[in-house]
Amino acid sequence: MRNKLLAAPYIVWMALFIVVPLGIVVYYALTDSITGQFTLSNLTGMGAYLSIFLRSIWLSLFAALICLVIGYPVAYFISQCSASRQRFLQMLIMLPMCMSFLLRTLAWVAMLEDTGIFNTFLSHLGIAPLPLIRTSGAVILGMVYNYLPYMILPLLSVMSKLDPRLIEAAADLGCPPSKVFSKVILPLSYPGILSGLTMVFVPAVSTFYISQKLGSTGTTLIGDVIESQFKTAYNPNLGAAMSLVLMILIFACVSIMNRFGESGDEEVMAKV
Amino acid sequence: MKHFNRTVTVLVFIFLYIPMIVLGVASFNSGTDIASFKGFTLGQYVNLFRDRSLLALLGNSLIIAVLSTLIATVMGTMAAVGIHNMNGRLRRAVMALTDIPMTNPDIVTGVALALLFAFTGTMLRINSILGFWTLLIAHITFNLPYVILNVMPKLKQMDRDLVEAALDLGCTPFQAFYKVVIHEIMPGILAGALMAFTMSLDDFVISYFVTGSSFITLPVEIYNYTKKPIPPKIYALFTLMFLVILVLMIAMNLLQLRSSKNARHERVQRRARA
Repeated sequence: MRNKLLAAPYIVWMALFIVVPLGIVVYYALTDSITGQFTLSNLTGMGAYLSIFLRSIWLSLFAALICLVIGYPVAYFISQCSASRQRFLQMLIMLPMCMSFLLRTLAWVAMLEDTGIFNTFLSHLGIAPLPLIRTSGAVILGMVYNYLPYMILPLLSVMSKLDPRLIEAAADLGCPPSKVFSKVILPLSYPGILSGLTMVFVPAVSTFYISQKLGSTGTTLIGDVIESQFKTAYNPNLGAAMSLVLMILIFACVSIMNRFGESGDEEVMAKV
Repeated sequence: MKHFNRTVTVLVFIFLYIPMIVLGVASFNSGTDIASFKGFTLGQYVNLFRDRSLLALLGNSLIIAVLSTLIATVMGTMAAVGIHNMNGRLRRAVMALTDIPMTNPDIVTGVALALLFAFTGTMLRINSILGFWTLLIAHITFNLPYVILNVMPKLKQMDRDLVEAALDLGCTPFQAFYKVVIHEIMPGILAGALMAFTMSLDDFVISYFVTGSSFITLPVEIYNYTKKPIPPKIYALFTLMFLVILVLMIAMNLLQLRSSKNARHERVQRRARA
């Protein structure tokens, strides 16, 4: 079929603007910033940032798990509603995703600040102000807040397709509700769980705005370091090396997650 | 258990909408500090329309979103049809290519494109290559996969015999494509375009790395508030955009509801006739 050629402009475009740039990232990661000679020092120097890498992974994994724990009941509740109600609630979940995430994060700053809304409220009650902002907790809160819809939507898309007859059958055959959940509902929602965890983890582990606004120097994430290499410190070679490591890390995480289950990513994305 | 789920759902909705309420209230605040309400005013809305600087930036965002969505939708739909006609290995290779920007974090995509543009800039001896064109190229690049991933499932669902029937009945291949294939996959094309448009309008991370001071979009400007004070009229703009999107979404919801009701009505009538 000649129709195959219709994909040619796309393939050329992606080769130019996805493959070639990644090649340039690898090139920068393997060359010295001053002499331009081949070097491995950018990559071997990464050890100094090990604690930042680990912190990024730890905080974003924690955020992804919290999203799962609070997103799961929400998705299940919505999936049990009538079709028109389901659509309406799904719309309410998607609406915040369309609004500027920078401004919504600034709103959290206003709430959590030392003289912010929460602390003003507490002082009216006669309670001493709490150190809310510039903590790891605030960074996790920002991640959970921003990426929670990315957890709920794939879960919802899997759960709304769940056949209610399976649950009835399990109950008829003598399963107590807890067993129905652990033996039927939970296993059938694995693809949604995996897809949701990926969709929260990937943007969370690479964020820099949330940690800049809600965190402090003690909560610097890998995204902050990469951003500063390109915008302030100007060492693109080190920045490229870090991007490369981050990319490999994420591809490893995603392929491990995908191995646990045959997730229908394409389908889930289409629904979102 | 149901009670528990409902409580969690209500709490999550409150959690998701609290910042919106804070920003909405701030848009009517006569003071400049978002954290303390000094008094009611509509001044921020007046300022927003009197001094058009923010509206101009929103205009920039819209220009990029519209252009990149149009180009990505046309190129992506063509690509989806092409990929659909490919077999096994080639198809897997192209889909893997599509997955790269979907799996890669935005910061890596942004940095990689920034390096490409910087590299091209030095090659061509252009001092400031970053601006409108680099931004447009970047947005088209990250929009393309959304179009393809929305169109592919519709192509899979399409009955292949339809095209052959059209050809048998005297359509030219182009007519068959235009009148049958495009018609069948239209919902996927629209869904992909809509997703691309919203992604493009709200993109910050990639735009931040690939644009220069010559062409700034609204999200990039909001990021700059880290260095300068926040003008309160941005809250007014946010509130207005929130209302516009809310109305659009409710309208779409009602349209869907009506079309599904019509379909049900038709089915009942047909059954009654039979």
